[in-house]
Amino acid sequence: MTRIPARGSRLGTKTISFTFDGKTYEGIEGDTLASALIANGVHLMGRSFKYHRPRGAIAAGAEEPNALVNVFRDSARRQPNVRATVQEIYDGLKAESQNRFPSLAFDVGAVNNLMSPALVAGFYYKTFKWPAKAWDHVYEPFIRRAAGLGEAPTEEDPDHYANRYAHCDVVVIGGGPAGLMAAKCAADKGNSVIVCDENAAFGGWLLSDTDLRVDGMSGAEWAAAMVAELQANDNVRMLNRTTGFGYFQQNMVGLTERITDHVSRPAPDLPRERMWQVRAGRVIIAQGAIERHMVFPGNDLPGVMLAGAAQTFLNKFGVPVGERIGVYTACDTAYAAAFDLYEVGCEIPVIVDHRTEVDAQILKQAEDLGIEVIKGGHISEVTGRLRIGGIVVKSGADTEREWDVDALIMSAGWTPSLHLSSQSRAKPVWDETRGIFLPGESPQACICIGGCNGTDELADVFAQAAESVGGKAPKCKIEDDVSTSGGMSGATGDSLQKGKAFVDYQNDVTAKDIALAVREGMHSIEHVKRYTTNGMATDQGKLSNMHGLAIAADLLDKPIPQVGLTTFRAPYTPTTFGGFVGHTKGSLFDPRRKTPIHDWAAENGAEFEPVSLWDRAWYFPRRGETMHEAVDRECRTVRETAGIFDASTLGKIEVAGPDAAAFMNIMYTNGWDKLKPGRAKYGIMCREDGFIYDDGVVGKLAADRFHVTTTTGGAPRVLNHMEDYLQTEFPHMRVWLTSTTEQWATIAVQGPRAREIIKPLVKGVNLNSESLSHMSVSECEICGVPARLFRISFTGELGFEINVAADYGRSVWEAVWARAEPLGACVYGTEAMHVLRAEKGFIIVGQDTDGTVTPHDAGLSWAIAKSKPDFVGKRGLQRPDLVKAGRRQLVGLKTSDPKKVLQEGAQIVANPDQPIPMDMLGFVTSSYWSGTLKHSIAMALIEGGFDRMGEKLYVPMEDETIEVEVTGSVFYDPNGDKVND
Amino acid sequence: MLLIHCPYCEDDRPELEFANAGQAHVVRPSHMSEMSDEDFEGMFFIRDNPKGVNLERWRHIHGCGRFFNAVRHTVTDKFLKVYRAGEPRPTDAELAELLK
Ligand SMILES: [Zn+2]
Repeated sequence: MTRIPARGSRLGTKTISFTFDGKTYEGIEGDTLASALIANGVHLMGRSFKYHRPRGAIAAGAEEPNALVNVFRDSARRQPNVRATVQEIYDGLKAESQNRFPSLAFDVGAVNNLMSPALVAGFYYKTFKWPAKAWDHVYEPFIRRAAGLGEAPTEEDPDHYANRYAHCDVVVIGGGPAGLMAAKCAADKGNSVIVCDENAAFGGWLLSDTDLRVDGMSGAEWAAAMVAELQANDNVRMLNRTTGFGYFQQNMVGLTERITDHVSRPAPDLPRERMWQVRAGRVIIAQGAIERHMVFPGNDLPGVMLAGAAQTFLNKFGVPVGERIGVYTACDTAYAAAFDLYEVGCEIPVIVDHRTEVDAQILKQAEDLGIEVIKGGHISEVTGRLRIGGIVVKSGADTEREWDVDALIMSAGWTPSLHLSSQSRAKPVWDETRGIFLPGESPQACICIGGCNGTDELADVFAQAAESVGGKAPKCKIEDDVSTSGGMSGATGDSLQKGKAFVDYQNDVTAKDIALAVREGMHSIEHVKRYTTNGMATDQGKLSNMHGLAIAADLLDKPIPQVGLTTFRAPYTPTTFGGFVGHTKGSLFDPRRKTPIHDWAAENGAEFEPVSLWDRAWYFPRRGETMHEAVDRECRTVRETAGIFDASTLGKIEVAGPDAAAFMNIMYTNGWDKLKPGRAKYGIMCREDGFIYDDGVVGKLAADRFHVTTTTGGAPRVLNHMEDYLQTEFPHMRVWLTSTTEQWATIAVQGPRAREIIKPLVKGVNLNSESLSHMSVSECEICGVPARLFRISFTGELGFEINVAADYGRSVWEAVWARAEPLGACVYGTEAMHVLRAEKGFIIVGQDTDGTVTPHDAGLSWAIAKSKPDFVGKRGLQRPDLVKAGRRQLVGLKTSDPKKVLQEGAQIVANPDQPIPMDMLGFVTSSYWSGTLKHSIAMALIEGGFDRMGEKLYVPMEDETIEVEVTGSVFYDPNGDKVND
Repeated sequence: MLLIHCPYCEDDRPELEFANAGQAHVVRPSHMSEMSDEDFEGMFFIRDNPKGVNLERWRHIHGCGRFFNAVRHTVTDKFLKVYRAGEPRPTDAELAELLK
């Protein structure tokens, strides 16, 4: 195949070598993969989705439905479904065809083409119905294997992606003649402007048209001059290779800028893509129009393509798409394409025009060139297997004539691209005379100009572009502008009955499929679309929507708008996940919160577990210890000697102000008036519905100051909950709320020797029970720094919790450890903490409660101040369902076999021999092996649990049934003597 | 992404800084424990779900932290008005005016 270098407006000079399906080809700098392959005589680029039919490029741009290839750099960088018409070639580019086995020319799956009568519209709905069992083993595996295009990479994406926000007065989507003129006019008025175009070069259609003259310049020259002018303006940002893929609320537009996909060896510090979120005062949509194909049998053979695409291949890349090219059209623009190809030496044996009336001047031009035009004709058949070889044409008198061709170009007219307009929530408006949908008025500050507004003449496009930004277009002299008049939608000939005339190439939907769907009762386009999958492929029906709609409307004998047009959704073209993710992956996906003692724990061999966003020390295994052994040892040491524990992750909120106690009275179920400064209390917070929301120990430091603790994960929502009431229900209260979680490091020292450990470190308070009794708090000095020392216990042993400023956390911890270690005390982690608290029956909100548990259900009725006139949840707790008998209540469980540890979440029944489904009485919420008690312990929510003490119940598991006895939930030191030591 | 005007910061800020906080102007009675079950149900559980004008609460949670009220159109997502917590509900006439 020869190149016509004079025609390639986008071609450079460098030769570039690339491979397709393992074979090496040469292209020229500026080529797309499709143009380079066609230049090498390769039209066969892929196999279709359902029938595995051989396919080539239909289009020359982003709307391409057929030529989808896999492009890869290495084993991790494999991008499936890349449109060969968009991918620019670079030295060493490797591309592979998809959807074929074992090779593109011989594909076993093509047997589907022969089976096609069985694969018509609605095939899935009709076939995969019953028996239900077949779903697991037959239908689903079959559908999964057949479904999807291309193959996703299996390795993690090693590339990185950037994300950027921008604000501007005007954003212009599309850098063709309309977009460039709008950008110029907007910039001339002093606006800040961003203009993007999905292609490598700005200019749009101007780069494909060699006839047009603007002020004596070719389209490409005029575009280059405009680009130079805009680039020189500091107020204008030009983004090429950038797709405006989404239109979101309040004029936010999403742009994807492809930075390295066209580069042979990208610098490793460059992001592969950059996603822009642009908030613009005004959005100018200049997306252009997309040419429709003709619907006739065999319209998918490689070598058959849009006339505009052939013109683009010729004029942008210097590639004639064949040597003997037939034309099938219902639109004037295909003539221009044919004349262009004729001019460079291609043979044009025939132009088949579906219309009976054609502009006389155009006919004259054809006649002058000696090209035969058949009016009112249609193509009834094509020949060829992997490439078109000939066409059979029928015309008025039903005579049949045949022509040999090696390519066929076609045009059914131009569809204004309404994607972004529709995304902005504008409703399309039907233009009956032209048979197209035009953009309707948008609720957002945007306007469509040029081809996507159905505007034809370039002079009108310029005027409209200027007007859209309130500017004035410079006077231009425009010559030889080709009109896009004409066009049709729907099937031609008898393709509704015969052969495979494709409406949707990507999903293999034929005209017959649409007809079948209508016959089977699908009367709205939304139903037709889902039944046939027309327009539901990754190209969102850019070529197929209008044809599908027209065929359905015609069969239903309804006007097109009554059958409907589907709404377009973002993204306009497929957009990589990487772009959306940007930098927020791996360690940047979520912050990892670490306590001031984290590094010490890591240095001392801790295993960590994630708790909300925190990393918490889980247990501290010694050499050779299993987790179970380590946890057993930690528990035993705490009970026998002492242990120290990093409790810094506890949520902390400082509640201060003259009305602090009154506010606490509202937020917590407990009473706070009588609590003396220096005392602490276990508090429960409910929601208005009466269910437990959070809990924690609260220390009263002064009449007007509380140190509130929350669960580790609960701090933000508790603060939000408090702020909500303070700001909106009780704004008159003089209370200030401050999150202090990260300001305090909290060190729990628990066990019989806890006092002995910390005593020498504490100044300002006597640690004996008379001055610092259980449930009290003191502001003192520890290791010479100000501290809040609580005497509290989450283990059931004598216990203290030291709070010091976070910056001192590690050094105070080390000082405590230096005292603790020689006494034989240990460091313990969250797992031992859980066992120790469960032995005491202390609940964990979110584990032993689930948002449907009241304080009464949890056995915490004592924490509700009955005399208070109001607190959040008081009214909720009176609801009929919450006072009814038979609610699930939190109890303890002991397994009859003491060694058996129940599974958390396991269901509990009264009679394990009853038929399935069994009556479930409740479920296990917490379950551990208690080394101290030498038997397993569990807590469970069980219907009427408080009245079932001593009852035997059963936990049916997959392979056994476990007998349990209902007990109280305090397994260890039920009288609570130890904490008062 | 929405652009929301915080009536305390008096600035347009991206939606990421805000949290929706449900229906506005749900009054928590001062003597809640005397409410009937029906009234409690209506106050706590039942919410409007209008197509059109919606009165809702927002919190500028990653900004000034203040709760405020907004009139938003649920079809266009447009914020027609924002006002501070405690200010009265716009009258129906005012809402009709905002829709023009
Ligand atoms: Zn604010």
